[in-house]
Amino acid sequence: MKARPLALFALLYLLVLYAPIMLLPIFAFNDGTVIAFPLRGFTTEWFGLLLETPALHRATRNSLVIAVSVAVLATCLGLFAARAATRYRFPAKTGILGFIMLPLVLPEVIVAISLLVVLMQLGLDSGIWSIIAGHTLLCIPFSVAILQGSFANMDQSLEEAAIDLGETPLSTFRLVTLPLVAPGIVASLLICFTISLDEFIIAFFLSGNAPTLPVYLWGQLRFPARLPMIMALGTILVVLSILLLVIAETFRRRGLRRAGLKDSGGFL
Amino acid sequence: MRDTSSERGEAPAIVTLQAVEKYYGEYHALRGISAEIRQGEFFSLLGPSGCGKTTLLRAIAGFEDISSGSIRLDGRDMEGVAPNRRPTNLVFQSYAIFPHLTVAQNVGFGLRKAQMSAEDKRRAVGEALEMVGLGDFGARAAHALSGGQRQRVALARALILKPRVLLLDEPLSALDKKMREVMQVELIKLQREVGITFILVTHDQEEALVMSDRIAVMFEGGIAQLDDPETLYRRPSSRRVAEFIGMMNFLPARVTGSGSGRIEAEVAGLGRVTLDAGQCPGEAHPGAAAVGLRPESLTILFDGGVAHDREVRGSVAEVTYYGDMTYYDIALDGAPDTVSVSARNMPGRRVLERGETTTLAWDPRALSLFC
Repeated sequence: MKARPLALFALLYLLVLYAPIMLLPIFAFNDGTVIAFPLRGFTTEWFGLLLETPALHRATRNSLVIAVSVAVLATCLGLFAARAATRYRFPAKTGILGFIMLPLVLPEVIVAISLLVVLMQLGLDSGIWSIIAGHTLLCIPFSVAILQGSFANMDQSLEEAAIDLGETPLSTFRLVTLPLVAPGIVASLLICFTISLDEFIIAFFLSGNAPTLPVYLWGQLRFPARLPMIMALGTILVVLSILLLVIAETFRRRGLRRAGLKDSGGFL
Repeated sequence: MRDTSSERGEAPAIVTLQAVEKYYGEYHALRGISAEIRQGEFFSLLGPSGCGKTTLLRAIAGFEDISSGSIRLDGRDMEGVAPNRRPTNLVFQSYAIFPHLTVAQNVGFGLRKAQMSAEDKRRAVGEALEMVGLGDFGARAAHALSGGQRQRVALARALILKPRVLLLDEPLSALDKKMREVMQVELIKLQREVGITFILVTHDQEEALVMSDRIAVMFEGGIAQLDDPETLYRRPSSRRVAEFIGMMNFLPARVTGSGSGRIEAEVAGLGRVTLDAGQCPGEAHPGAAAVGLRPESLTILFDGGVAHDREVRGSVAEVTYYGDMTYYDIALDGAPDTVSVSARNMPGRRVLERGETTTLAWDPRALSLFC
């Protein structure tokens, strides 16, 4: 078979890509503080330890507060931008949309440093609010990309039809637009939540005395004895991220089916 | 000729358009549109794509602002009146069926704010579905419908609100030929049944001729001619309208004289003719002109027909067989181009072959002169 070497290459590629992640659950259940083979035995001790670390709980709460706020904020703003981009023509449209999507390619370190500089110049405390702002900036492009797809798939005359049948623009949005882009909204919420939860650089620069989960993890790396606990936490995060992405994608596809449309790419 | 509505002396205007202008930036989309659409009539806006017919329809519906002029609906000036407050409903080209709702929910959508009991609403929806022949479809999901069914749901959804005027934006263009013909007849029946004024936008001249009481032919944002289908077909006001409505042959001609209601002309292939002044839209002035005649206005005299006083000979250049009809391209003696001639395929009548010569009879009353 001609495709054999290529198939082998693809397999190796995926293995190299994901094997390190597979190490997380392996060592999370390993009964030993040293991260090395051979494995020493099965334990759930590290997961138990997670429950007994108050600093970790604070970091988790910070992360959740930030991720939920970011998901809601970025999705709301993304909703406006995506509707404007697909429904209206206005001057400098491509330029404006370009600026909205820019954080996607901007080096995060640069964004983080400039945000920190601005905060310091304004004399504001860094903390949860500043991380929310930074993450929202980062998540809006994803939200816009997802919702633009939802709006583009929706026949424009549907909104006009509702108005023609006596509804106001506001009730049209509630009765027609919202139900039809709802799957996109759910997908955007989940993806923004996941991105914010995982994000490190901006959180690291702006966290002040309110570390997020990734920042806390980073701090713990200084203590080798705590490494297995980090592995356990990492395992939970990986499972959670995959779960959220799968749910997001399911909603996106359901939305397409409901609108009777063909799939044209997505995140998964 | 069919008598026009004004001769019947009925039906006041329901829509009055007065000097309606629309600009998109520099682009002049509607140029001084003035027309009256009468209560209960089936009115069509016909024209090629980009002629402004859809813009005009959307302006009547309230989805486009007009730059100047006025639109009056049912005696009320519509300036500043939002689409949801106008006594019109629009059937969209895409039908705009709400995909997340059932058929019944779609049809009942406009009744949400109506002062009716839930029971009355349900009955109204049932009646509307019955009217368009979808009685059993209420519980179906809207996105699972065929094109023809979507069209019917869109009609039921718009008619349930009993609008003063129903606006239809190319409602049949998404259907296949067979379905389109079925829906044409159904739409006419439906319109007679409900008695609501229909304004139809179409680029299909045949559709407009079949369905309409009156047709406004539009080119480049202006109305070129507004007449009933028969007048439009028989007496087009310009060469452009003549070319757009049905098939029209043009023969080069020269006006040699005119006066006292008669026009003398020399026509290539046909020779000297005398026409009634009514056969020439506008002024006939001496000089170059063109004479138009429809494919059915030339009669092929098959194998020794009766002798006519007006005959012309020609040879068959092309034969197109349609079953009920055959269309021949015939090179008339003395005419520069071939003309298209139609002949009904009657029992015992053979189909001519290419290269054959034949004799054709014609009637000067069927000619139109364009100066």
